[in-house]
Amino acid sequence: MVKGERPEFTAPPDIFYNDTEARKYTTSSRMENIQASLTQRALELLALPDDDQVKLLLDVGCGSGLSGQALTEKGHVWMGFDISAAMLDVALEREAEGDLCLHDIGQGLPLRAGKFDGAISISAIQWLCNADTKAADPRKRMRAFFESLYGCLARGARAVLQFYPQNTEQAHMLTSAAMRAGFSGGLVVDFPHSTRAKKYFLVLMVGSATPLPAAEGMEGQEPADGSQVNIINRKQQKRRKLNHAIVMDSARHPEAKGKGWIFKKKDQMRKKGYTAVPPDTRYTGRKRKSHF
Amino acid sequence: MKLLTHNMLECRIKGIENRYPFVIEASQVDTVEQDFDPDFLRHMYPRLEWPALKAAADSLGVTGLPTSVSEDMLEDEEFLKVFHHALLEVVLIEGFLVCPESGRKFPVSKGIPNLLLNEDEV
Repeated sequence: MVKGERPEFTAPPDIFYNDTEARKYTTSSRMENIQASLTQRALELLALPDDDQVKLLLDVGCGSGLSGQALTEKGHVWMGFDISAAMLDVALEREAEGDLCLHDIGQGLPLRAGKFDGAISISAIQWLCNADTKAADPRKRMRAFFESLYGCLARGARAVLQFYPQNTEQAHMLTSAAMRAGFSGGLVVDFPHSTRAKKYFLVLMVGSATPLPAAEGMEGQEPADGSQVNIINRKQQKRRKLNHAIVMDSARHPEAKGKGWIFKKKDQMRKKGYTAVPPDTRYTGRKRKSHF
Repeated sequence: MKLLTHNMLECRIKGIENRYPFVIEASQVDTVEQDFDPDFLRHMYPRLEWPALKAAADSLGVTGLPTSVSEDMLEDEEFLKVFHHALLEVVLIEGFLVCPESGRKFPVSKGIPNLLLNEDEV
């Protein structure tokens, strides 16, 4: 993976988080710091009642158990789900206190109704928007996930899901999928004026209409620590991808950019839930006359 | 996997009626000591399915759990100790979780259940 490129573009999560990638979560202190500070903020937003009662929490996309560690430090009992066996192996090595489970959240959480006091998720739910196999339908996956999450939380519980949306449309898609499942709440964006420090938290509530917590860094300041993620300049990334695609296509598929290719791409976008895809007409991908 | 987790899990296979509880086929069971916290047990008790916990404990060879429980037993230290042991300290390391209706077996290895479904089961 090129540094700074989004992992969602490279491979499905169970393949991307292989042994080498999972290993980074034990060796890289930068990754540990980012995860720890995100978890701290998520816990803050989760706003568990301050009554010294040990709670049962859910960690969606628990990975190597870095976020779970923060929950254990607060004294809570937690249960974690992840799709990557390699990451769960690392969690075992790190002796994560919570119970782990190998599962794809897009298939819905296999949990009974009303059992959990809260849920957190760090950098996981943007993976729901991937259509990695032909059969995968991101809208169905989002629905299955949010409905089962809504079901397994107790009344008055909250879920705080931190994620990296690819664009505003994707953030909107995830938020509206959550609302349709019955949640109230919405998106909290920390450091909205900074490109690198911007953090999205989907704060969801079950059966209570408390106002959303305030975001951090509304005055345009940057965070004090180095908890920032580099997302490469979009233009550069686009150009690089385009060049790559042209080279690959001319080498492997001489006529890859024809009508069929355009129809396929547009269909993929529609399947991912994008609404602004132009309709397929007889003008789509039409050859233009060579004027001069 | 603790029995607390087992008590929360249900089968997500499409189109079946009876999803709960998973039948446990254990081949390796371990005990891991945990801090005894009566408040947490009282907090969790209303959310547990007692018969499922009892059946799961039986299949792992954990004895001492009563068949039925009343609210006032939750003040009894002796009972809470047994309850704590069964709920949090007994861990299933290797074995299978079996769906009660379809009989589909989900493997448990190194204490982690694999609940991934095939495409035709979603």
